[in-house]
Amino acid sequence: MIPEIGHFALILALALAACQAVLPLLGAHRDDAALMSVARYATFGHFLFVAISFVCLTIAFLSDDFSVLYVANHSQLALPTQYKISAVWSAHEGSLLMWILLLAGWTAAVAQFRSDMPDKLVARVIGVLGLLSIGFLLFALLTSNPFDRLIPAAMDGGDLNPLLQDPGLAIHPPLLYVGYVGFSVAFAFAIAAMLSGDLDENWARWTRPWTVVAWLFLTMGIALGSWWAYYELGWGGWWFWDPVENASFMPWLMGTALIHSLAVTERRGLFKSWTLLLAISTFSLSLLGTFLVRSGIIVSVHAFATDPTRGFFILAFLAVVVIGALALYAWRAPALDSTAGFNAASRETFLLLNNVLLVVATTLVLLGTLAPLIVEMLNGGKISIGPPWFEVAFLIPMIPLVFLMGFGMHTAWRKQNEGVWFKVLKIPAIAAIVIGVVLPLLFYGRVSLMLVVGCTAAVWVVATALVQPYRSWRRKDGAAGITRSALGMSIAHLGMGLFVLGATIVSAFGIESDRAMRIGETLEVADLQFQLRELREVQGPNYTAIEAVVEVRDGAEFIATVRPQKRQYLVQKNWMTEAGIHPTWNKDLFIALGDQLGDGSWSVRIQYKPMIRFLWIGAFVMALGGMVSVSDRRYRKSKK
Amino acid sequence: MKPRQQRMLAVGLAVVGVAVAAGLTLRAFEENMMFFVEISDVIAGEYPSERNFRIGGLVVADSIQREEGSLDLRFSVTDTRCELDVSYTGVLPDLFREGQGVVAHGRMADNDLFIADKILAKHDENYMAPEVAESLGKHVQDQTASLGGRSSECETG
Repeated sequence: MIPEIGHFALILALALAACQAVLPLLGAHRDDAALMSVARYATFGHFLFVAISFVCLTIAFLSDDFSVLYVANHSQLALPTQYKISAVWSAHEGSLLMWILLLAGWTAAVAQFRSDMPDKLVARVIGVLGLLSIGFLLFALLTSNPFDRLIPAAMDGGDLNPLLQDPGLAIHPPLLYVGYVGFSVAFAFAIAAMLSGDLDENWARWTRPWTVVAWLFLTMGIALGSWWAYYELGWGGWWFWDPVENASFMPWLMGTALIHSLAVTERRGLFKSWTLLLAISTFSLSLLGTFLVRSGIIVSVHAFATDPTRGFFILAFLAVVVIGALALYAWRAPALDSTAGFNAASRETFLLLNNVLLVVATTLVLLGTLAPLIVEMLNGGKISIGPPWFEVAFLIPMIPLVFLMGFGMHTAWRKQNEGVWFKVLKIPAIAAIVIGVVLPLLFYGRVSLMLVVGCTAAVWVVATALVQPYRSWRRKDGAAGITRSALGMSIAHLGMGLFVLGATIVSAFGIESDRAMRIGETLEVADLQFQLRELREVQGPNYTAIEAVVEVRDGAEFIATVRPQKRQYLVQKNWMTEAGIHPTWNKDLFIALGDQLGDGSWSVRIQYKPMIRFLWIGAFVMALGGMVSVSDRRYRKSKK
Repeated sequence: MKPRQQRMLAVGLAVVGVAVAAGLTLRAFEENMMFFVEISDVIAGEYPSERNFRIGGLVVADSIQREEGSLDLRFSVTDTRCELDVSYTGVLPDLFREGQGVVAHGRMADNDLFIADKILAKHDENYMAPEVAESLGKHVQDQTASLGGRSSECETG
């Protein structure tokens, strides 16, 4: 009964989404206030019914209703309750339902927190979001209904993939999806601007906070995914340039370009058609990512099981969205663009460079991700592109980007007084060069070109990001108080600097060692002694495990006891590595237990990962910067 | 800057960026591209000899041999038609088992041993890399067809 209610609610949501799409758009076109006022209520109704549907699926999981195929495939009686909930979005059908829920949620948020936006703009944005909702709801109802029954019902479920039974993975997809889906709001604003022909500084002011919020959630989602891959997959890497990772990274890169371009559009009324194009591209890349992940077209350890009809549906949807949006763009955008120019020594120039470099980086990642598909289509065989290619290709636009960032932050709109650069940037520049060379030498005893470039870039960004908050705090030279918007920018850039520092150090000085180890034996890795004290059996709620107790010492000094496990889940009978990690602020000690080697010894992977936490801390600081900047007062005007 | 110059600058930069990107891409793709070669083709001697490539198939039952106390390991992989010996040193992924699908990166040492430097794990036991699935499917078909007289014997090169 409950699953049927969920299914029915989803159908009702589709009907309401149709109202939400058609009536307000028509109303805005005809200037009919009554039709436009439908937007708000249709949106809330649509959201309510999707929420009911989502709750029904959750109840099916919590009540172990194995007569629902999706539940039977992804849950099990002994599964801990929190994972029964996260199992709802653990596979294709449920995660699509979550996507639909979040899209409806974003739309309801736009209807509710409309700031001082005019009715027509609200109606158009909501209408466009309604059109997108129709597409996703049809996708779910026609190809991926999570409420399909299994008759006769299973006695017990097939269990949730053990890799997904983890708190990191329970929250990673929701955060990622909030970001992905949030870019559809920026897309809807872009389409609305093109439909109406009004694109002014106010439009950018309304669009910006939505885009930044989507971006900051995507940032956190990607960071959590990276962290999860690091500890749960037992590999100890933090980024693999896997197609599915790239699928989330490309919208992030493009979205980063978009929020910078929006800044120019808001403050200076420039880059208008460029901003529109970025908004369209960012959302299109989100859709492309969905297509890559859910169609099974690309070889990836993350890919969902293959289904050609689904792939075809998303591809068709992607084509409609991209072709429709670009056609509208070709038709309307030329009329919107401003004719004003700008000075070469101005913040506008730096933001232009930022945009060019980010777009080049996105293009390279896209190229590397799609190359295997293209080569296969041209009958060139089945190839794969390895991480080394991505690392080199990606760094080429990124190194100048990071160095230019420090200048851009301290360059005025319109026209920069060159003397100010010298005055403000002198100290950060000296700090960057000195620390950039000394830090690796002092703490790790070796330098290389990449290391110096990385450390210098990191210190440069951190130092230049701190200048403005510091000067306004000390009221230096009569500096005015800092706005939330500028403070947010400084924090986000500071996060970028921390990230670069972590990435540089861990890439250069990380140590990974696969060894054989028996009880009582001591191995030496990174000048630390790892002794295997004992092996014992541990009982979990739905697994049994062999746990190794490894004591880590630095000479006579005791550092930590690390307990890696090898778990066997009771239903799927698979062995799973649960790495043991001893994290501190400046390094991680990582031990993963491999296989039994026959003579009582085990294979182990021991890793020493200096500064790896800075990667994720940096990403969260970036997200925090986004949060601070959207709390700026000018985004909170209420309707006059 | 005048709007026209501004546009020229943007276009110019983008062109330079893409040109650098394209140059780099063409050169580095060559070096970083890894081909997937079917086991039968490897056995027939058709594989890139000077570079790494990927193979994939099922781990043959009872083929895993390990030297006691060592990380060195040998096993055979089959595409149901031919079998290839693979050697690997290191920690294995969790879902590596006899009878299961596997993908390995590496190169041929001599004519009959593949030295793997990476064994790929998968997230899900029901998931099989599409290229492996295709390779296996093809040879199962061949075997069915061989009842009609076509050869499904493994041919060495």
